[in-house]
Amino acid sequence: MKSLRLLVPLAVFLVIVAFLLAGLTRDPREVPSPLVGAPAPAFSLVQLHDPAKRLGTADMRGEVWLLNVWASWCVSCRVEHPLLVQLAQAKVVPVVGLNYKDKNDEGKAWLAQHGNPYRVSVVDSDGRVGIDWGVYGVPETFVVDKRGIVRYKQIGPLTVEALEKKILPLVRDLQKS
Amino acid sequence: MRLRGTLLLLVAALIVASAWAQGGAAFDARLQALEKELRCLVCQNQTLADSSAGLAEDLRREVRTLALSGKTDAEIKAFLVARYGDFVLYEPPVKATTWVLWFGPFALLAGGAFVWAMILRKRRSPAGSAAPASDAEPRPDAMARARALLDDTPAPN
Repeated sequence: MKSLRLLVPLAVFLVIVAFLLAGLTRDPREVPSPLVGAPAPAFSLVQLHDPAKRLGTADMRGEVWLLNVWASWCVSCRVEHPLLVQLAQAKVVPVVGLNYKDKNDEGKAWLAQHGNPYRVSVVDSDGRVGIDWGVYGVPETFVVDKRGIVRYKQIGPLTVEALEKKILPLVRDLQKS
Repeated sequence: MRLRGTLLLLVAALIVASAWAQGGAAFDARLQALEKELRCLVCQNQTLADSSAGLAEDLRREVRTLALSGKTDAEIKAFLVARYGDFVLYEPPVKATTWVLWFGPFALLAGGAFVWAMILRKRRSPAGSAAPASDAEPRPDAMARARALLDDTPAPN
């Protein structure tokens, strides 16, 4: 009985250690999005390369697609860009680019320089649509299913690991359904 | 006569202007208070009011627009929570997943107080529970062992 009681502080200590260890493995910059599982916020925006045309969430109905938020001023967008270009070449899933708070000329020049993986890029110059999508750290990538429900959100640059382990399997699953 | 008219006009203009300024000041104060309860998601330990990040500016503009369109503070908060999650609120809502956060410290305090009270009670209570054999004769074998220990204690160094 006495020895059991002596173990109590140890048990409390271990619980605290467990909490702190779990905390270490998490990235506090990744805020879980309330959008996952909810309908994608609707938009209809002017296209970057053809300002006469628009593209919106309604146009993507019936397809599984990715929304990639990018900007020419965004440094980590360069990191993920080659992956997006590869993804576009593999033609697995259409990617719509949301050119977030950027200048059109700079955005176009950036794509000309680094390659354009997007089916279409749309212009969100004042970041309003970004706010609707809960964007806070460019680049961000959303997976949207055929019915227009957001299924996944990647905060920060895409990685090979995230693509292969999460995004691509999810996309294939959603394309089947 | 003309002077009086001008004066009257001036006074009226002053009254209107001050009333407008006060309304504006009250509105600004409300926005300020609201922005202090909202977190900037880019620089996470700053409020929207304090942050100079681009997104914070956009969100402040958004909050102002919503407030101007007659939305209440609660509606504005709901708007942001729907987009960014509870994390935008500096004061997290009380719900099942935040019970530990809200009540955990009080539970710990109560637990500590309970243990403390138990210790105090034990200390205060005479003999009884603490040392049941204290007023009885010590057991003979214990006496013998104590004596043996006392007799040949080797110098510790």
